Amino acid sequence: MSSVEIEIDGRTYPAEAGEMLIEVTDRNSIYIPRFCYHEKLSVAANCRMCLIEVERAPKPLPACATPVTAGMKVHTRSEIAIEAQKGTMEFLLINHPLDCPVCDQGGECPLQDQALGYGKDNSRFMERKRSVPSDDIGPLISTEMTRCIHCTRCVRYGEEVAGVMEMGAPGRGEHVRISTFLDNTIDSEVSGNMIDLCPVGALTSKPFRFAARSWELTDHQSISPHDCLGSNMLIQTLRNRVERVVPKENPDINECWLADRDRFSYQAIHSENRLTRPMIRQDGTWQEVDWETALTHAAAGLKSIIDQGKADRIGGLAQATSSLEEFHLFQKLIRALGSESVDYRLQQNDFRDDDIAPLFPASELPIRDFGTRSSVLLIGSNIRKEQPLLSLRIRQGWREGRTAVSVINPIDFDLNFECMVSQVVPGSAMLSRTAALANAIASLTGNAAPAEVQALSDGYDAALVAQQLVDAGPEGLIVLGAFAQQHPDASLLKALSSWIAKTTGNRLAILAPGNGAGGALANCLPGKNGLNKQAMLDSGMSSFVLLGSQPELDCLDAYTAVKALENADFVVQLTAFKPEAHNRHVDVALPICSFAETAGSHVNCEGKIQTAQVAIKPVGESKPAWKILRVLGNFLNLEGFDQVTLNDVTQEALAAMDSADRMPNCRPSEFRLDSPVSSTQVGLEPITYMPMYRGDPLVRNASALQSAADNPGPLASLHPETLKDHSLKDGDWVEIGNGSVSAHLQIIEEPRVPRHCVLIPGGYVETMNARAPGTLCIVKAG
Amino acid sequence: MSVQKNRELIADRFSSLKYSSGVCLPALDQEQPWTLEAYRSNGGYQALEKVLSGEIDPAEIIEVLKISNIRGRGGAGFPVGVKWSFMPRQSDDQKYVVCNSDEGEPGTCKDRDIMRLNPHALVEGMTLGGYVMGASVGYNYIRGEFHEPYSAMEQAIREAREAGLLGRNILGSGFGFELHNYLGSGAYICGEETALLNSLEGKKGEPRFKPPFPAVFGLYGKPTTINNTESFASVPAILRGNGKWMDGQWFRGLGVENSGGVKVFSVTGHVNKPGNYEIKMGTPFRELLEMAGGVWKNRELKAVIPGGSSVPVMPAEAILSSNMDYASLQENGSALGAGSVIIMDETTDMVNVLERISKFYYEESCGQCTPCREGTGWLYRIIQRINRGQGTSEDLDTLLDVANRIEGRTICALGDAAAWPVQSFLKHFRHEFEARIRPAQSDAA
Repeated sequence: MSSVEIEIDGRTYPAEAGEMLIEVTDRNSIYIPRFCYHEKLSVAANCRMCLIEVERAPKPLPACATPVTAGMKVHTRSEIAIEAQKGTMEFLLINHPLDCPVCDQGGECPLQDQALGYGKDNSRFMERKRSVPSDDIGPLISTEMTRCIHCTRCVRYGEEVAGVMEMGAPGRGEHVRISTFLDNTIDSEVSGNMIDLCPVGALTSKPFRFAARSWELTDHQSISPHDCLGSNMLIQTLRNRVERVVPKENPDINECWLADRDRFSYQAIHSENRLTRPMIRQDGTWQEVDWETALTHAAAGLKSIIDQGKADRIGGLAQATSSLEEFHLFQKLIRALGSESVDYRLQQNDFRDDDIAPLFPASELPIRDFGTRSSVLLIGSNIRKEQPLLSLRIRQGWREGRTAVSVINPIDFDLNFECMVSQVVPGSAMLSRTAALANAIASLTGNAAPAEVQALSDGYDAALVAQQLVDAGPEGLIVLGAFAQQHPDASLLKALSSWIAKTTGNRLAILAPGNGAGGALANCLPGKNGLNKQAMLDSGMSSFVLLGSQPELDCLDAYTAVKALENADFVVQLTAFKPEAHNRHVDVALPICSFAETAGSHVNCEGKIQTAQVAIKPVGESKPAWKILRVLGNFLNLEGFDQVTLNDVTQEALAAMDSADRMPNCRPSEFRLDSPVSSTQVGLEPITYMPMYRGDPLVRNASALQSAADNPGPLASLHPETLKDHSLKDGDWVEIGNGSVSAHLQIIEEPRVPRHCVLIPGGYVETMNARAPGTLCIVKAG
Repeated sequence: MSVQKNRELIADRFSSLKYSSGVCLPALDQEQPWTLEAYRSNGGYQALEKVLSGEIDPAEIIEVLKISNIRGRGGAGFPVGVKWSFMPRQSDDQKYVVCNSDEGEPGTCKDRDIMRLNPHALVEGMTLGGYVMGASVGYNYIRGEFHEPYSAMEQAIREAREAGLLGRNILGSGFGFELHNYLGSGAYICGEETALLNSLEGKKGEPRFKPPFPAVFGLYGKPTTINNTESFASVPAILRGNGKWMDGQWFRGLGVENSGGVKVFSVTGHVNKPGNYEIKMGTPFRELLEMAGGVWKNRELKAVIPGGSSVPVMPAEAILSSNMDYASLQENGSALGAGSVIIMDETTDMVNVLERISKFYYEESCGQCTPCREGTGWLYRIIQRINRGQGTSEDLDTLLDVANRIEGRTICALGDAAAWPVQSFLKHFRHEFEARIRPAQSDAA
């Protein structure tokens, strides 16, 4: 490319030869109408709205598809250009309904806006207008296909960005219909972006449908609490109700996208399951009480534990989506009560490397660079469902031919890029596979691998992946996903991947759910004499304080969690949602605000702190969790709970950490390989996972997400061959458990699961008993 | 098969060929000109043999084609030699030659006869193209309804391969060329070269916007040259040069200034002897009409569409003073197009004709870009209404305005093809449209 000068509307502008004219005009704020052009999508040039006049061209040219050449003279407002644009507008409007007042897009519709500038107030079209049937394409997107102007943004988005071609344009001429294929639904985890892309009212938000007009809404800047990106978003409210969430563009984090989980979880805020008044459980029945009573009750309960000399048997478990301030005050409260047992890592099971662990789960690579790597290795990660927008960036790098991706995974996940080498092995074998890779890298680079690594290897020939990682050097990235972090030998996987990263020069990323980095930086972690989450659940605590968490659903070892909670003498839960029917363990439920009702800071995987604004007043009598924790501290006569504003808490939390602490680093402070505890099991090996719309109370209470494809339901998935081995078939009901307790689950045939394994989702009451300790048994239910 | 039956079959194959100059089409007196043997007896594959012997530089061949003044026979008339010179010859990248045998333009039936009667000329022409442009693979995209030409082409490719004229290491030269026939699915739009490429790739047949042009980003993103069947099939004869090897002047001299050589004209409509006529460029239309036996039923000529349904219609007086070459037809308000001459006699109802033509473009629009998707249906419906006597006087202005708003605004030329007939019919025969509107108005009065 070379720099040239071109003339637009009589003024000279610098440009790059070969870039499209619309890029130059956009950069210089010269308005050109358009529908099909979008900077994140390929150029289609099909709407013909951006036609402009270029001197010496025989006809008007589309600015989106006309490359810049030196000395080009362009007129965007000449008679030729305007006549061409008006012509296109007339064609677009002849078949488009002219009923903006009843269309949900009205008021934020590019077609409506541009019709004002280029349309006429009457129509010459005397024929019948086209009407197109609208399909039900799922719980998130509402369709009115008569309004479609066939710009194909949604089609290109699916094909290019999301990586699943769910929308297409079958038919030809006037009969072209934008639709899914074979009446399928839209199941992508990033489908909501199609709503933003659609320039008319053809695809609109189903949960938001007819709830408000765009001009009535007030925007509030917020940060998504669900994954480690801290996606920027706008919460849009009307009359103290969250009506919609839309992305706020941030090129370094979420670009102009949002995952559906970030976009639609707001529905939980006004769900009927919201806890609006404090509740206490006495003699097995729940009763609503006022705050004074509830706090007094909670303080008294905790006080009695302390009075029994069991202060160190109080455990604190926080939800990973909590804010930095909430984490800070929470751990402060638990510590002030006299316990060091506090944790937020509810889905982690192996804590042996806590003493040498890096400061917080992080990505050594900035988010914006995820699409620029030459190599990506995923270890135990279904990144598409765990960190959807990071997956889009990796896909972009792969699609543009930059990135080779390889995986070591327990399931053959349906990723949105192709893998160079995909090793799908049962969870127990992931460790030996990773060790084999370390060995191959050792022999390739001439670095001797530690003896215990060599011993672990299963001898698999990993030369190809080793070469990929070594060649990439600092351009390579290794990602430890949810399956690696929840692995019974997670500490070994971390040690191995850290050794591999060091030896190859690759960067490392440990991508934790929610505001995990914030939790660690606020020291919501067990102290020297404290217990981690696993030890708390295993060792019989006298009391639990729960910050936004429901351990029986949030933890993957649900059975152990339920037992631990039920055996505790006193459980205080700060929660936004009413106690559910299965809940026999909480004694006091204190209603907290959701992320929309309170401000709070979130730390993303880069260590970047971002603050969300308050969008609405608290629902019911709920209060921000930080205020409850502070007042609880007062009720218990603890010191250091005199903060007046949220800012006081923020400053206190920040003061406790060094800014150098926030430099992302994923490496353990030393190389240490503990003995593996996982081994190939006789019979069936269980693989547990957290479906993306079951991972925290907010998504579990968001009704549209619960109807989406990524909420699979409490089903046990097995490979077809495994089914044969056990004389089972798709749809059978089975008892899965350890012989003494079991869960009653339906079977689904799933070739992506390795043989001799059973995949069981967490986050469901129905699957709690399936993961009781002991050998897994499966018997067909009568 | 009985001799009698065989004769009938042969006669049937020849039925639409009325006159041949022996360039793309075989002489009419040949028994079975589509066989390899017959083609060779007429000098076929001599050009390929000479070229592959290595004594001729590919650049020289392009030079001969430029001198011969052959222009693309598919309709746009782009000089073949110039098009071939666009291919990046130095690049080692995979390149393709593609033949456009989609022949969907209403009124055209010449490529069908070339493939049925003289398929080896196309095989040889494409192989030469592959050699000159450094492409090792060629595709012949054949119109979906052309089952018989497809079989003839398959047969020819089989024969050529068996004779070592196709495949790896052709005639021991080290040059290899694979040629594949591909039968389309009957979409007019796939005759547009970039829609054809998409269709070949297995995608929806929608034109791509240009630039990039196929010579840079063609089939599977590789440099590709697309020519019409007749263009490729003319190449061997041009190189043979009527006895004087590599003499572009011979072919050039057959035609007139700016329109070299001979060309196949498909004459259809109200004539006594409809069919294909391979005649010299620049032949007066009167002569062609005479060859075709004149207007049928002793009627007067009313109008002619000289280049396929998409070019402007010409009233009798204009076409009768024209010659069949690019310049003359353009001067008289139309275009040579694909050489598809549609003859209309004095009884022809021009509103009816335009309704039928507009319906075609409405049905065949791919629907990708706005003016064509929305505009072609609008045009058709207005004309249909007028034809039924339900038109209003404003309709004629709207009709013209809509056509003007389609013309030059679309990704491919289908928009122009839909607009030009409307514009030209209204220009020359507006009174017939007005007459269809008036009765309704007088009724109202």
